[in-house]
Amino acid sequence: MDNSHIAALGGLVLEASDTLNEATVHVAAEKIIEVLSLLKSRGFNRLSAVSGVDWHPREPRFELVYNLHALPLKGGKQERIRVKCRVSGAAPEIASAVPVWEGAGWYEREIFDLLGVTFTGHPDMRRLLMPEGWVGHPLRKDFPIHGHKYDYAENK
Amino acid sequence: MSFLENRFEQNIVTTTVDSVFNWARKSSLWPMSFGLACCAIEMIASTTARFDIARFGSEVFRPSPRQSDLMIVAGTVTLKMAPVLKRLYDQMPEPKWVISMGACSSVGGPFNTYATLQGVDKIVPVDVYVTGCPPRPENLFYALMKLQDKIDATPNLVKRPTEVHLEEAMLEEFKRSVMIAQTQNPAAEPSGPISSGLVTLEPRRG
Repeated sequence: MDNSHIAALGGLVLEASDTLNEATVHVAAEKIIEVLSLLKSRGFNRLSAVSGVDWHPREPRFELVYNLHALPLKGGKQERIRVKCRVSGAAPEIASAVPVWEGAGWYEREIFDLLGVTFTGHPDMRRLLMPEGWVGHPLRKDFPIHGHKYDYAENK
Repeated sequence: MSFLENRFEQNIVTTTVDSVFNWARKSSLWPMSFGLACCAIEMIASTTARFDIARFGSEVFRPSPRQSDLMIVAGTVTLKMAPVLKRLYDQMPEPKWVISMGACSSVGGPFNTYATLQGVDKIVPVDVYVTGCPPRPENLFYALMKLQDKIDATPNLVKRPTEVHLEEAMLEEFKRSVMIAQTQNPAAEPSGPISSGLVTLEPRRG
């Protein structure tokens, strides 16, 4: 993979790597829409996934990973790029990618459900997997792993 | 020598209403197809020709709770699925029964997590629990036969005679009087233990 995409992003890139023919760029959370729009205009026409990572107790706590895919519709080479950004754990919030790719909707709902990152500008910011009225975000590292089962060891 | 004498003995069977009702109910249990996880695969396998759940009259899996009277909860019940399961159970017409199939639906199985209901008996009454992870079809059939036994013992219209409950002291007194009646000369041994054959009774203290 050539580094022309990283070069095109210019000053938006905080940190970049290009190992194993897969580029990864770290950008600031405030610039995410700008970065994604620019990459879309450069041929990355498909958002394959958005995922979230909890780096608890490191700060900024949450990391969002956007996996972009350039699907050549008229022949040519396929390309992939990863865009990462960090948001703080105190009030995790980032702009929604739905205006750029509509397919981001449910990925962002899942991240909101399981990690508690709010996406501003999302048209339907509800839980995706957990039941309505659920308290907490289960994939956070400080969420209790076990449920509410009767513990035999504690009640001897 | 009436006209009707011996006329019907080859055509009429005398029985109780309960027996007929229970026989009909236990012989045509219609399960609701409620597969939630891998247990469902074994439940499906039990309908195949190799195992053949039709031998027990419950091969008619219904896709609607309104047509079924047995709910085989086959698999992990998540907390999100729990209200759905409860609603489906409530929609089933009486009389209805529940088999909890496998470790997951019985006690949560290996999934002691935030998302799993720890036992389906927390939301619906369970008649038979099946062990296994997942249970083999034979295991499900055993549960089905146990359920049939249970249905067979259910009183519907006729009240069963209640079990006779005897006080322990009453029983002792009864035995004692029987023993005394069998003793040749009760007056000769009033204080010692009364012994007659197999049974030995201590005299009452105080």
